[in-house]
Amino acid sequence: MTWRIEVDRTSCVGSGMCTAIAPERFVLVGDRAQAVEAAVEPDDAVLDAAESCPMEAIVVRGENAEVLAPEV
Amino acid sequence: MSTVHEPRAFPFGEPDGLRLPPLFATLREEEPMVRVRMPYGGDAWLVLRYDDVKTVLADPRFSRAATVDADVPRMMPVLSQDTSILSMDPPHHTRLRKLVAKAFTARRTEILRPRTEQIATDLLDAVEAQGPPVDLVQSFALPLPITVICELLGVPQADRADFRRWSDGVLATTSLTAQEMEAAMNSLLTYMAGLVAERRRAPTGDVLGTLVRARDEDDRLTEDELVDFGVTLLIAGHETTANQIGNFVAALFRSPPHLAALRADPGLVPAAVEEMLRLVPLGSGGGFVRIALEDVELKAGLVRRGEAVMADILNANRDGRVFADPEVLDFHRENNPHLMFGHGVHHCVGAQLARMELQVAITALLRRFPSLELDVPADEVEFSTGKLVRGPVALPVRW
Ligand code: HEM
Ligand code: SF4
Repeated sequence: MTWRIEVDRTSCVGSGMCTAIAPERFVLVGDRAQAVEAAVEPDDAVLDAAESCPMEAIVVRGENAEVLAPEV
Repeated sequence: MSTVHEPRAFPFGEPDGLRLPPLFATLREEEPMVRVRMPYGGDAWLVLRYDDVKTVLADPRFSRAATVDADVPRMMPVLSQDTSILSMDPPHHTRLRKLVAKAFTARRTEILRPRTEQIATDLLDAVEAQGPPVDLVQSFALPLPITVICELLGVPQADRADFRRWSDGVLATTSLTAQEMEAAMNSLLTYMAGLVAERRRAPTGDVLGTLVRARDEDDRLTEDELVDFGVTLLIAGHETTANQIGNFVAALFRSPPHLAALRADPGLVPAAVEEMLRLVPLGSGGGFVRIALEDVELKAGLVRRGEAVMADILNANRDGRVFADPEVLDFHRENNPHLMFGHGVHHCVGAQLARMELQVAITALLRRFPSLELDVPADEVEFSTGKLVRGPVALPVRW
């Protein structure tokens, strides 16, 4: 199973939350976050990051493109 | 890095209004990692440059949890407690943070904007009715964020006098004894426990109600964590913003061209708020201390395992390597990645809320009183001392 991570770099404010919660999954490039890899093995840290992002800039999708996080 | 100096006594004097000690500008260039002797607990590193400050704030090798119950170098006599979100590392930190993250997203905060504008309007109606001179701190800067956070959390406004007094107590550095500070904290905890108990009798949809449900239905936090979280949100949620409203207004009065620019173009307010966040100081210390869990090589030098480090946000925001003409207040700055709300897992949960409140406050004030001016000479505005945050004690204005 793979999940997909999308980061909306235009709404990211570079808080460094996601990169600190899941350093293997997110990286700050030019003060904005991006996914290290868009397709990842299921990993709760990725959900935590999406749930914690103040801008709701991170969306995690499952196999069928359903949104796993964040909850709205 | 080895220092040639004896540790310098920190802080470098009481805050001098909105000025930083001139020594900082020199140290930033010549000694970007300074050995300082803290008021309590011994010596620490004070890290001054942007990149290193970011690293200390966000790198998991620097721990807040390691300060719990430990006599670490610090600003205040009391020790940090393991029930506070500010003293947790992941995964405990993440567990707590996720419980409130939803309530403070940019989207949820925008929903509160019209209500915040209404609160500002009502307060300014009262100011106008009272007639000049009026103290803007008591009549506007304080009640605006207090009303907002009380409504969000579900804290009765009627109890304001009590929690304001206790809040002053827990943010004291030199102005109170350890016993007095502990007494203030205990009063706040008891008070918050009472509000929690009320929600068990009659559930509510406010943030405190959400936390009570997270505890009672899902056991996602302990009772002590729940009560502490309520207190942290209440205090962090108004002291910071209230003081910054006062500081921003004081800063604008000192710089007529900036004030005129905002009056001429209210569309400039969001950028102006970011720039004032960058440059107008709030904290009077170097920030919360962190402990290195292993040796870490910063750009400025080596921090050894077990050493205490403070990441100085005010200095990072003036680092010429990141900000062109760093000491200049420039409302048209293109790139402004200031660190006033911190960085990493502890990045201020109220950042979006504070931004919105500051924008609303400045916009409403300038719109209502186009001829607003200080009723005393600008250099006679008195600022608080002996507290972790600084702000004007009073801002007498006329119009
Ligand atoms: C201008 C206003 C504000 C400033 C400058 C500010 C600044 C900060 C900073 C720098 C931190 C991180 C501290 C560290 O990592 O050592 C922080 C954390 C925090 N702030 Fe704010 N803050 C402001 C307003 C608010 C508001 C309105 C709230 C209300 C909810 C709030 C609640 C918190 C909380 C709960 C934390 C701890 C977060 C955590 O540990 O995960 N702050 N703030
Ligand atoms: S948590 Fe959100 S706002 Fe913060 S850096 Fe990550 S994507 Fe950007």
